[in-house]
Amino acid sequence: MRGLGERAIEAGLGLAALTSIAITLAILYVLASESVGFFLVVPVGDFLTDTMWTPLFADAHFGILPLLCGTLVSSGVGLAVAVPLGLTSALYLSEFARPRTRELVKPFLELLAGVPTVVYGYFALLFVTPLLQRWLFPDMPGFNLLAPGLVIGVMIIPYVSSLSEDALRAVPMELREAAFAMGATRLEVAARVVLPAAFSGVAAAFALGLSRAVGETMVVAIAAGQQPNLTLDPREPAATITAYIVQVALGDLPHGSIGYRSIFAAGLTLMVFTLAFNVAAWGLRRRFREAY
Amino acid sequence: MARALTTADLAALRRGIRRRRAGDRLFALLGWACLTAALLVLAALLVDLAADALPHLRWDFLTSFPSRRPERAGILSAWVGSLAVMGVTAAAAIPLGVAAAVYLEEYAPRSWITDAIEISVANLAGVPSIVFGLLALGVLVYGLGLGRSVLTGGLTLAMLVLPIVIVATREAVRAVPFGIREAAFALGATRWQTIRHHVLPYSLGGITTGVIIALARAIGETAPLVTIGALTYVAFLPASPVQAGWPFLSFQWLADPFTVLPIQTFNWISRPGAAFQGNAAAAGLVLMGMTLLMNGAAIWLRHRLRRRVRW
Repeated sequence: MRGLGERAIEAGLGLAALTSIAITLAILYVLASESVGFFLVVPVGDFLTDTMWTPLFADAHFGILPLLCGTLVSSGVGLAVAVPLGLTSALYLSEFARPRTRELVKPFLELLAGVPTVVYGYFALLFVTPLLQRWLFPDMPGFNLLAPGLVIGVMIIPYVSSLSEDALRAVPMELREAAFAMGATRLEVAARVVLPAAFSGVAAAFALGLSRAVGETMVVAIAAGQQPNLTLDPREPAATITAYIVQVALGDLPHGSIGYRSIFAAGLTLMVFTLAFNVAAWGLRRRFREAY
Repeated sequence: MARALTTADLAALRRGIRRRRAGDRLFALLGWACLTAALLVLAALLVDLAADALPHLRWDFLTSFPSRRPERAGILSAWVGSLAVMGVTAAAAIPLGVAAAVYLEEYAPRSWITDAIEISVANLAGVPSIVFGLLALGVLVYGLGLGRSVLTGGLTLAMLVLPIVIVATREAVRAVPFGIREAAFALGATRWQTIRHHVLPYSLGGITTGVIIALARAIGETAPLVTIGALTYVAFLPASPVQAGWPFLSFQWLADPFTVLPIQTFNWISRPGAAFQGNAAAAGLVLMGMTLLMNGAAIWLRHRLRRRVRW
């Protein structure tokens, strides 16, 4: 009897573990099945090359490029903030700071990732944009990609810095000791020995940060303007893939309409990009683990 | 044979060393500047939000429904909705996540199914939150016909935070030394008895930390709930879970429409007019207070555990 109960429990726990596979498959199924409905109406060629995204207008165009541009510009701005700040912080915390400083600073840095994104959106729209308008770009419109991009950058600093720091700290102490024995200074050890040795891990941190930035929704939905706009200028208003999904979901689209299906096609595009970045990060991290 | 160092050579060497040491100090300064900049942004955000919020943060604000007139609007339905949704999320994500983690750490044989589970957990952790909203819209709202209800919202967030619970639980379970399991087995305990009476109690701290972080994440999420079509204007509360007549408990609230704090905040931000934006700030501050409190509790708990536990 005891063996039976044990096996029942094992089976139950196993079933719980299987739900993660079920959720993954359900995501793939939902995105694929609704997108198939979309691509039966909209040719894939148009989707990839048309320069207008106006699925809800009478004259409907379904070119993903404007949304893709918006997404890449806001993520690019975000990465331009998060990479230098995150990497410098990581190098400082792992190679320069005393253990006490590190213990004290890291939790506060982690809080940056804990701020609700809707609050970041508020901050981007009503604090960062007016600040930029006053000091740097007086002609910049109230909705733009720059402010949300900068705020996304701040938001993903902890992701970039803590993963980079893990990679830097995993570099064996002997390498540092050897370099110090040759008379290298801390900075030389950090920049010429530790950083190159941890390169793939640091690059993985960047890839994960990029994946976060691409998938970030509320900041851009609030502060970027929700107008599809084929531009590479971060000072212009534009929509991202995620912001478009939010915009459509706020309206009341009939189930099964082409507009309804378009958010799944947009979601599939988003998935393809984040999946690529996540796989890249995973591969890079595995390489850096095998280095020693 | 090298020639002896002259005083001039020594001076040059010292200059070189000084210059390189200066590089060290400069970088240390730069590192400090970066950290300070990041933390200053956090401080600026808090101060700006608090400054906009405080004039609107009265007791009425917590006990009133949203209204078209900003000065009378409140967040009653939003914070009650957040609590209700969190209840569902916790009830679904904690048992599922802990069970999955225990299976992976204590039972799972090396097989392709285990590999598939591992890969899917890692993959889910990297899926953008709005995609969970699309999943819930397709499967829960239209596929299973659960509607735009508290149940749908809670399950959506549960799927979103499941990987966080699983990863945290696995780490906590893995930290329990093997000797403890061996001791229990030696006394004739079964695998489940060992887990139930030893492994789980010892890893409870780590699991709690993970659960708090997961719920803090869930309570701040907006995008997936917007996607499933959570209402942005809700002037009623979900049905009470306690009722006068038999059976005294009611699950009607699970099927009720809802709003949550982040959605209410988002709704007010998108309206023109300073008054509504003040309300948005006030709601945002309440939300931020909740998430920061939870994150702070998790950090404190983690710190305390690390200091206290010595195997």
